[in-house]
Amino acid sequence: MSMDRRRFLGVAGLSALAIAAQSSLAALARGRQGAGAAEAPAATRWAMVIDPKQCLKDEGCTDCMAACDKAHNVPHFPESAHEVKWIWKEHFDKAFPEQGSLYTAEAFRDRPILVLCNHCDNPPCVRVCPTKATWKREDGVVMMDWHRCIGCKYCIVSCPYGSRSFNFFDPRPRIKELSPDFPTRTIGVVEKCNFCEERLAKGQRPACVEACREKALVFGNLYDPASEVRELLRTRYTIRRKPELGTNPEIYYLV
Amino acid sequence: MRDRGIIVGGLILFLGLITFPVWYNVTAGSTAKGPEPKRPEQEKTCVAPVGYMRTSHMDLLMDWRDEVVRRHNRKFTAYDGKSYTIGLTQTCMKCHTSKADFCDRCHNYAGVAPTCWDCHIDPKLVQRSTG
Repeated sequence: MSMDRRRFLGVAGLSALAIAAQSSLAALARGRQGAGAAEAPAATRWAMVIDPKQCLKDEGCTDCMAACDKAHNVPHFPESAHEVKWIWKEHFDKAFPEQGSLYTAEAFRDRPILVLCNHCDNPPCVRVCPTKATWKREDGVVMMDWHRCIGCKYCIVSCPYGSRSFNFFDPRPRIKELSPDFPTRTIGVVEKCNFCEERLAKGQRPACVEACREKALVFGNLYDPASEVRELLRTRYTIRRKPELGTNPEIYYLV
Repeated sequence: MRDRGIIVGGLILFLGLITFPVWYNVTAGSTAKGPEPKRPEQEKTCVAPVGYMRTSHMDLLMDWRDEVVRRHNRKFTAYDGKSYTIGLTQTCMKCHTSKADFCDRCHNYAGVAPTCWDCHIDPKLVQRSTG
């Protein structure tokens, strides 16, 4: 069988086209599968709703903070520059600098608002950490690996809520009561609220939520439409701290 | 050769002095002694065979750390199928109750100073401070 040049080129071109089409179709099919797997939604997104009205019923109450201190061996330094804070009270105008005019602020001026790490959806601390010692888990908890923290303090600078503290001194002698089940930190390491990650693993709620007598702290899964937090967010108006910064904080305050 | 006595005597004294550490250890019986970590009395099996634990417990602990902190996994299935909760103070120290009698004995002998205890708490330390 003889083949002229024109026919040979035609057959060769068609074969090349067929091979290319096959491999690109296979690649497309793989891509679709991959995208499907990545889109599988996480089942949980932890969040908290704080009711300042309930919280302020007893302004001197420190139950949640005491529970946190005990659970996580949080040290206490006398100087404010060396303070280590996981959950604490902040003046209203500092917690919500963009809220309230000259006159509305009167109602809240000098009233303490309970604040903690916001476990942001878009956490700036995670973006700046050079060692990946802090990261966002699938369930929304902004975690820290104290083994890996080198104490560069970038995260402290980047956090707009002041939720991160540095251990300028050895924290051990400053801990009121050592609980052996949770490690202390060491000098030169940053620490912050971990949303009681160690309790969540056991199916318990965070220590501060459990300690509150007024039930001012509500904790739950944002992805569960029947959860208590979703119910509150559906029925009540809530504000968040500095949402205009785009960090998407996941601690909500009832108005 | 009138100084022979002094020279030989000096040599013997010199040899005696520089070999003193050897004699000291021989008489104290500590030359052949390895570290003697106190084994737990109740439990006979660890999370891995003894040989592995002896040489590579630090690798296991690092794996455990990464499992808990990075992968939120707190369950460990041992070589014999037994399941353990991952935890230095919660699991290891349940059997090896004393850091001083177990961890420190080998670490001191080998001259190593692991930083585990800078943060993780020796349960005995808490008992002492509260009791």
